[in-house]
Amino acid sequence: MSGTVFWSPTNSLTDTPAAEPAINPRWKVVKQRLRPLVRYVSAVLFVVLWQVACTTGLISTRLVASPFQIASTGWSLMRDGTLPANLGISLLRAVSGLVLALAAGITLALVSGLSRMGEDIVDAPIQILRTLPVLALAPLFILWFGIGETPKVLLIALGSMFPIYLNLHKGIRSIDPKLVEMARTLRLTRLQTIRDVILPGALPDLVVGIRFSVGISWLLLVVAEQVNADSGIGHMMMDAQDFLRTDIILVGLVIYGFFGLVSDQAVRFLESRVIAWRPARQNQGGAA
Amino acid sequence: MNAIPQASVRTPVTGPAVSVRDLTRRFGNGPAVLDRLSLDIAPGEFIALLGRSGSGKSTLLRTLAGLDAVTQGSVMRPAETSVVFQESRLLPWKKVWQNVVLGQAGATRDHAVAALEEVGLGHRPDAWPLTLSGGESQRAALARALVREPRFLMLDEPFAALDALTRLRMQDLVHGLWQRHGSAVLLVTHDVDEALLLANRVVVLDAGRIRMELPVPLSYPRRHADPRFEDLRTRLLRTLGVGDN
Ligand SMILES: Nc1ncnc2c1ncn2[C@@H]1O[C@H](COP(=O)(O)OP(=O)(O)O)[C@@H](O)[C@H]1O
Ligand SMILES: [Mg+2]
Repeated sequence: MSGTVFWSPTNSLTDTPAAEPAINPRWKVVKQRLRPLVRYVSAVLFVVLWQVACTTGLISTRLVASPFQIASTGWSLMRDGTLPANLGISLLRAVSGLVLALAAGITLALVSGLSRMGEDIVDAPIQILRTLPVLALAPLFILWFGIGETPKVLLIALGSMFPIYLNLHKGIRSIDPKLVEMARTLRLTRLQTIRDVILPGALPDLVVGIRFSVGISWLLLVVAEQVNADSGIGHMMMDAQDFLRTDIILVGLVIYGFFGLVSDQAVRFLESRVIAWRPARQNQGGAA
Repeated sequence: MNAIPQASVRTPVTGPAVSVRDLTRRFGNGPAVLDRLSLDIAPGEFIALLGRSGSGKSTLLRTLAGLDAVTQGSVMRPAETSVVFQESRLLPWKKVWQNVVLGQAGATRDHAVAALEEVGLGHRPDAWPLTLSGGESQRAALARALVREPRFLMLDEPFAALDALTRLRMQDLVHGLWQRHGSAVLLVTHDVDEALLLANRVVVLDAGRIRMELPVPLSYPRRHADPRFEDLRTRLLRTLGVGDN
């Protein structure tokens, strides 16, 4: 492996610099207060520039619709029912896939995390399966399950199951053995040990897994809907492509972006609740 | 006293609270870590176990705690035992009071708070363990051990990671708890002074065998300046191979 790091979260632009020069503390407070505002300002400025470029003809509206046009298209799609219908079916697919992934991933991780025999049976096949690019299974899934909802939901479920399984399994296996030993000296039953020691200890890892899964489920949703579907946001966008309607395509993108953001926030909130017992926020890695 | 489910570990009916007979323990095919070791502890007796590191102290304690099986020899001890280790081993995701009564059917928050008050931690029952200092964590671990009303309490270097002042306070605390509860205590320590301040009898372990058993017939509270204390300390240090000029 090469040692080059192309991108790492700690280098991201939103991070505060590690060492700030000594400046007037009052100015520092003002800066702190303004920071979230500044971030919005730059986004708004971007949209304004985009609009101006479109209106002045700097960008061809045939290639990129203007923000105003996107908003008005979004509004009319909303009113004629196209958007709610497609959005509903897309959300249903994503959520069903995620629910299946959670059920399967958690069950398998418990089986292989809590017993050696379970690990021997479950872990190896999953380790092999996860190296396959899930998207490559799409044609096979269509052959097997037809073109209805089943192949789409299963594709999402399969792809988002792996991070849940891997992280929870890792979490269960990395419980401090000293705590398990303590549970023995306190005469906890096996069931009590699992409930009070092992599962709570592995919970933060499970949440990390869920965060990866949610991201993956959106990705798979987009692909599943664009490859083969007659409904959903992805289908709406593919349809628009045939008619060169960049405004509709961009409405779809905005929607994907919006729900990606919302679901990420939801998982972060869940995370903060689950690790309330940690005194300070610690960065944690995970396996995707 | 109930029999605990382990063939070679039995519960004494009368006589000593704890009785170890010819206990031998090896890891794999290595040398004997405990070598035909025999030791009796009377009910309510406070024993301090000294020895260099690697002499088998923790191994003995783990066997007495039922964490390691007895393969050679026999061990008798009460069913009601508690252990405190060098690390508090509190569950970070349970509040302090929940840790104290963990696995105790029917025990309430009030029980936990009462135990915490006894160890001087009554003001923090709802704290998360990771927010406690080292001394506070060990207090909580002591409360968790005591709430089970043990007839035999094992402490494996419980103060080794604490600063000197905190350690002195904890020694006082343990002494007071022992006097009130009257359980037999086995304290593993590196600290000769700690052993002499607290114990009825000091046992020195060396290569899995008892090298020396030293009764400490001094009344409490004990003072370092006492010439008899000085004398016992010199003898112990000599046995441990230190300070022999
Ligand atoms: N699980 C184990 N596997 C192999 N050897 C061990 C194990 N636990 C302890 N030992 C060995 O047994 C000896 C005594 O260890 P221990 O009882 O922990 O000593 P002490 O507590 O007196 O410092 C040491 O030589 C140690 O290496
Ligand atoms: Mg030890």
